[in-house]
Amino acid sequence: MDWLHWLFYVGVILGAVPVMVMAFIWLERRGLGRLQLRPGPNRAGPFGILQPVADAIKVLTKEDIVPVAGDHWVHFVAPLVVFAPAMLVFTVIPFQEDGGLVRGLVPDLNIGILYIVAVSSISTIGVFMAAWGSNNKYSLISAFRSMAQVVSYEIPLALAILGVVLAAGTMSLTGIVQAQAVPFIVMQPLGFIIFFIAATAELNRTPFDLMEAESEMVAGYHIEYSGMKFALFYLAEYAYTVGISAIAATLFLGGWKAPWGVGPQVGVLWLVVKILLVFMVILWIRGTFPRVRVDQLMGFAWKFLFPLSLINIFIIAAESLAWPGLPWWLLFPNTAIALVLVVVWSGLFRLGGGRVQV
Amino acid sequence: MAIRTQPVSINIGPQHPSTHGVFRLRVTFDGEVIIGLEPIFGYLHRGKEKLAEARTYTQFIPITDRADYLASMSNNWGYCLAVERLAGIELPERAEYIRVLVGEMMRISNHLMAVGFFLNDCGAFFTPLLYMYREREKLLDLFDMLCGQRLNYNYMRIGGVSQDLPVEFLPALKKFVQEMPGYIDEYEQLLTTNEILLARSKGVGVLSPEQAVNASVSGPVLRACGVEWDIRRADPYSIYPQLEFDIPTGIQGDTYDRFYLRIQEMRQSVRILQQAITGIEQLPHGVYRAHVLSLVRPPKGEVYSRIESPKGELGYYIVSDGGVSPWRCRMRGPSQLNLTALRDMVLGWKLADLIIILGSIDIVMGEVDR
Amino acid sequence: MTQPLSGKEVVARIQKQVPGAVLLADHGCIWVRPVTVAQVAQYLKEAPGMEMDYLNNLTAADYLDYLEVVYHLSSLKRNHSLTLKVQCWGPEEPEVPSVFHLWQGADLQERECYDMFGVRFVDHPNLKRILFWEGFEGHVLRKEYTG
Repeated sequence: MDWLHWLFYVGVILGAVPVMVMAFIWLERRGLGRLQLRPGPNRAGPFGILQPVADAIKVLTKEDIVPVAGDHWVHFVAPLVVFAPAMLVFTVIPFQEDGGLVRGLVPDLNIGILYIVAVSSISTIGVFMAAWGSNNKYSLISAFRSMAQVVSYEIPLALAILGVVLAAGTMSLTGIVQAQAVPFIVMQPLGFIIFFIAATAELNRTPFDLMEAESEMVAGYHIEYSGMKFALFYLAEYAYTVGISAIAATLFLGGWKAPWGVGPQVGVLWLVVKILLVFMVILWIRGTFPRVRVDQLMGFAWKFLFPLSLINIFIIAAESLAWPGLPWWLLFPNTAIALVLVVVWSGLFRLGGGRVQV
Repeated sequence: MAIRTQPVSINIGPQHPSTHGVFRLRVTFDGEVIIGLEPIFGYLHRGKEKLAEARTYTQFIPITDRADYLASMSNNWGYCLAVERLAGIELPERAEYIRVLVGEMMRISNHLMAVGFFLNDCGAFFTPLLYMYREREKLLDLFDMLCGQRLNYNYMRIGGVSQDLPVEFLPALKKFVQEMPGYIDEYEQLLTTNEILLARSKGVGVLSPEQAVNASVSGPVLRACGVEWDIRRADPYSIYPQLEFDIPTGIQGDTYDRFYLRIQEMRQSVRILQQAITGIEQLPHGVYRAHVLSLVRPPKGEVYSRIESPKGELGYYIVSDGGVSPWRCRMRGPSQLNLTALRDMVLGWKLADLIIILGSIDIVMGEVDR
Repeated sequence: MTQPLSGKEVVARIQKQVPGAVLLADHGCIWVRPVTVAQVAQYLKEAPGMEMDYLNNLTAADYLDYLEVVYHLSSLKRNHSLTLKVQCWGPEEPEVPSVFHLWQGADLQERECYDMFGVRFVDHPNLKRILFWEGFEGHVLRKEYTG
């Protein structure tokens, strides 16, 4: 019954992800509200839970404005190009162990993580298309920033993932989850820090939200979008955030695995809880940090994350050679190395340039 | 092979979230680096100086509110003081105390907004700003109690203030003054030592003291350059000579110094408030206004009088021909003149720096365009 | 307290430097001839004992027969002040030398003065309208402008 499996999971992903995204949008707005000493949306439905629905209706009925001087086709296609990869990420996330209620679309894909890295890069093209199609200088600057940012941060991101792949010995996400007798966040704290920072940058979330940067770029690449097209960008942004949270949960937090063996039957719930956990941290950072400048952003990627991720790979590789299977006590030296490296390295470089003579 | 490049010019404003009003900057970029900048004013010009010539002296007070609408009390004060100096009116002591009270409350309120928006410009998504709003809200409630208005107070009159403090005002203010130092500590904990904020604002937009003085910069921006110049000290008015307070100064004159200086100034304002509260409690109720006819006719002459408004030197140059309305009334808005140095500060920095440098100057367009 | 300089004493010193510049002097205020403004201002800024390093305010006033440009100067170092005035009789758009090269703070104020009163500041690098748009007719703060 192969086709039934496909039909079912495509349905699940297409249904569950937008619902989850809307729930997370609500969560973010309420959570951000709490962080900012205000109630957040609380009018539509109990606790404002229907606010995303109300927003969706509003957005659907809005006029769709297309800039006259823009490139209409590129302007039209861009939101789709941004949105599709965000959904595609979920196809390889394993929801539960073999024999569970829901497993995922292709959780055993043997190049799962490679697929994710590849697919998630596509949305950058969509961003650039949106900027180009809008024929707006703000959009264009934002897209330039976005390109530079994604190209730089993809490297430490991939290298940090490589550490996980080395330790697990497989690229399949199911295999990676199964390899986590101790979650990799404990075994490879340095890898997790690099992954998390780079992922935040990939997501364009604070403190790396340069391409949307409200106080500078107003709305960045989607400044000329309205109505449903804008909603697609908005949805894609959150879907991608949820996607990255899911990847972080799978790679580093043990995916569906139940901590301390509590309730292994409902692994998918554990996965959701872990996604939520990562999401809340991202939200927390958004509510707290100022934004970095563009040269500091690049400097941070190339001077801090990139060398550290190389060192991380060497350490993990050496450890995998010396102690195959990575025994749990390695977490102590690894944590110590991570702490020392982060503290020492941050004193070693100058972040960004200063004033340019003009 | 060299790639052919071309500078891009972008309009920042007049509709932009970070220009603090309808302000337009025509900026030329080489990549992200600013190589040219031209501020364009006038989008909020309402001809206040012309309006003054068609109104009596008292009728012009509410219009001063609209100049720097985040510190309207100070604007009231500056104008009334100028007219009083012109007409030689002596104020009852209670009126002076009330003015100092509201003036310093206004300074705290304005600095809260300035600091909050500065952090917001740095990209801290509204969190610090909304923390600042919490206390500003309390101040606005106090002003509301005083004169029934939250933004444009129209509280001062020539020769005093429009009404005495209500009974519940002083206890509420005392409570505020007691709590405020704790809240200021909280602001300092929020972001003052944040690594990203330091990287963003330290050394950015440096203004040397000589440059600042030469460009007629005043207020916190001037003091952040290390020039100890506060009109409350240098050219004292009202009861400031009797009050104890320090003048905080910056070291480098960068955006961080301006930001941090405002936090320190809030502390000094709280100190002044404490002293003024003790002082006013010993004064009799009810004498809050000198005997002045509602149709003031200052003698023929002119005056340039200045006060230290939260944003800097707020000057009023009033020429009287002996009639019921000013012959000429000029507002010297500190926001506008602080913008003189903007170009020197931002050239060579990047777009993101332009935004925070502009934020650190703390402008209000109502005062720039008048 | 900022002390206004006595106009009479200042005049004696200025006359030595820029002969025939000062027309009239009062307490804290001197009137000078329009063409000599920049010279007098430079003297006030640089002479020891004066050191007027700060231009508080630059504006004008319309007295129907003539326009008067007013400079409020002060010294942060010595904490004294002086008002410099220029009466412009004559043409529709009178010309006064700019003090921009002495005080950068004059930049926006001179532009505004030009915009509102039509006083042309010679040598100002960017003298154009500031609050009104290019091509606006008339100068609104003149008494003859009634909207």
